[in-house]
Amino acid sequence: MAQEQVQEHVISLNGIVKRFYIGKPNELEILHGINLEVERGEFVSIVGESGSGKSTLMNIIGALDRPTEGEYRLQGKNIGEAKDRELSSIRNQEIGFVFQTYNLIPRTTALENVELPMLYGKMKKTERRERARELLELVGMKERMLHKPEELSGGQKQRTAIARAMANDPSIILADEPTGALDSETSRRIMDIFHRLHREQGKTIVLITHSTELAQETDRVVKISDGRILAE
Amino acid sequence: MLIWENIKIACKALFSNKLRALLTMLGIIIGIGSVIAIMTVSESLTTSISESFQEMGANNVTVGLSAKSDEEEIRADGMRFGASGRNVSVTEEDRITDRMISKLKKTFKNQIAAVAVSESAGTASVSGDGDSVNINVSGVNQDYFESDQVTLLAGRLIKKADLSGKKHVIVVSDQLVQSLFDGDNDAALWQKINVNINGNYQDFYIVGVYEYESAGTVSDSDDVTTNAYIPLATEKEIMRSDDGYTQFTIVTDTSVSSVSAFANQVEAFFAPYYASNDNYEIATSTMESMTESMSEMVHTVSLAISLIAGISLLVGGIGVMNIMLVSITERTREIGTRKALGATNGSIRLQFIIESMVLCLVGGCLGIVLGLILGSVAASVLGYSATAPVAAIFIAVLFSMVVGVFFGYYPANKAARMDPIEALRYE
Repeated sequence: MAQEQVQEHVISLNGIVKRFYIGKPNELEILHGINLEVERGEFVSIVGESGSGKSTLMNIIGALDRPTEGEYRLQGKNIGEAKDRELSSIRNQEIGFVFQTYNLIPRTTALENVELPMLYGKMKKTERRERARELLELVGMKERMLHKPEELSGGQKQRTAIARAMANDPSIILADEPTGALDSETSRRIMDIFHRLHREQGKTIVLITHSTELAQETDRVVKISDGRILAE
Repeated sequence: MLIWENIKIACKALFSNKLRALLTMLGIIIGIGSVIAIMTVSESLTTSISESFQEMGANNVTVGLSAKSDEEEIRADGMRFGASGRNVSVTEEDRITDRMISKLKKTFKNQIAAVAVSESAGTASVSGDGDSVNINVSGVNQDYFESDQVTLLAGRLIKKADLSGKKHVIVVSDQLVQSLFDGDNDAALWQKINVNINGNYQDFYIVGVYEYESAGTVSDSDDVTTNAYIPLATEKEIMRSDDGYTQFTIVTDTSVSSVSAFANQVEAFFAPYYASNDNYEIATSTMESMTESMSEMVHTVSLAISLIAGISLLVGGIGVMNIMLVSITERTREIGTRKALGATNGSIRLQFIIESMVLCLVGGCLGIVLGLILGSVAASVLGYSATAPVAAIFIAVLFSMVVGVFFGYYPANKAARMDPIEALRYE
């Protein structure tokens, strides 16, 4: 707890540079020194056109990738120095992913999908089943928790994915275009769930989107273009 | 905990694609199935062989001369080689004498029920009524029929008095009576027959008729060459052969618990007699040891065939590897998602190795069932009662798991090392 009081920022990016194909003729620098801090309980949106580098930034924030240069601290942990195994554990415990394409595991019920991060987190079976039920109830999926992804609508899939993102009570929820594949009405409901999680559970949420309209709903809008942060 | 979850995941994946799983398993099914089928047949074969051997005389010890197989013995002139180098014919000094046998009987009088001696005179022909029938003539002593039990249909067997009197009496099969006396066994008794043993014509009186038992091979009964028994002393006189014997059979008393241990005692008894003999010694064999060497032979042959059949397992394994690679490519996004949710490389690897193992194990079990069915059918067609090869079944289960791990490792490792970003982006 003492550490958390000192560490005000959940996410702290300092001079993040990301290059691809290093040492090859087609070497490419996508991020040119990003500085960004996200406080606990904040609802931040990162907005940018496609090709702006926001996906690369999301991968780094999500601990799926390491920065080439600069320092990224998540909950005070230096991600750049973490080993693969530690990154797996950080993704499991600290980050809840919500993808545009839902990415639910096929042939597996909504309930089992929500249990999955807890399974990798080595939680006991009865415990994780109970928590998975609670979370699915929270996102309004109580009636359909034994259905497989193939039997769910887009909105229902995304709600299941949000419940799954919440499974290990992560520090941040990282939502990458969560409404990108949904119609406006369903999108509205999904955004309402995010707002509710933010308001009622005090979740830190990072929303990555190309829609400035959606971004306006959040506490803070970070615009990114050509690998640089333009304005806040 | 993770292992059990992974088994469930693997079963789900297999069930969602039943036809593909079955086709993939086919190689394993055929491989394991053929090995088990061969093993079932061989197991059934050995069981029936040893059973019938036991029937033939579990209490018998065959004692015989055996060429000494000592190292090459080169004399100063370098000309002569040891017995192993060439065959040395049996001389009169080498033979087992009556004195040795009576001493043996005295020494082991509680263990020996009878000593059966026989010597073959070879094939002979009997003519009568214009017909000619071939028989195998053996000279036997009065105890011979203790070791080779025949069913007497008429008359009597060879008696002690026949031997001492060197009588020209003969015990023939009902097949011979069928051919020469129209099957009337009683009428055949005391009939005189002329037997041509290698151009040596001798008259014999039929004193007994025994029931011929076919040794399993079915052939035209008229053509069968059956055995006929004459007194041993008579045979020796006709053949002008030396005194003594090259082999005989001891029928042990039922009180002897270990026939093979007794056989060793018999060998030890004869050792002093042959200590100074350069060429021969006494060796014994029992049904026990014959059964052993017989089943060993069958096992070796079936093992060799199984190994060849096992090659199809290799092909099956490659099929499994191929389908695992396809499956991993198809499920790239799933792998990416799992990694994003916190799966370590190790748990992804474990998931796919277990999937491959389950695939092979299910295939292996189906193969065992198939093999047992095929093997039992084959065994019953051959006329043996089927016996399940328990050890082979265990090995098959273990082996299919090993195949699963071996051929699943490469695909699983490939999955484990996928870059989560690339995997998540995969269409």
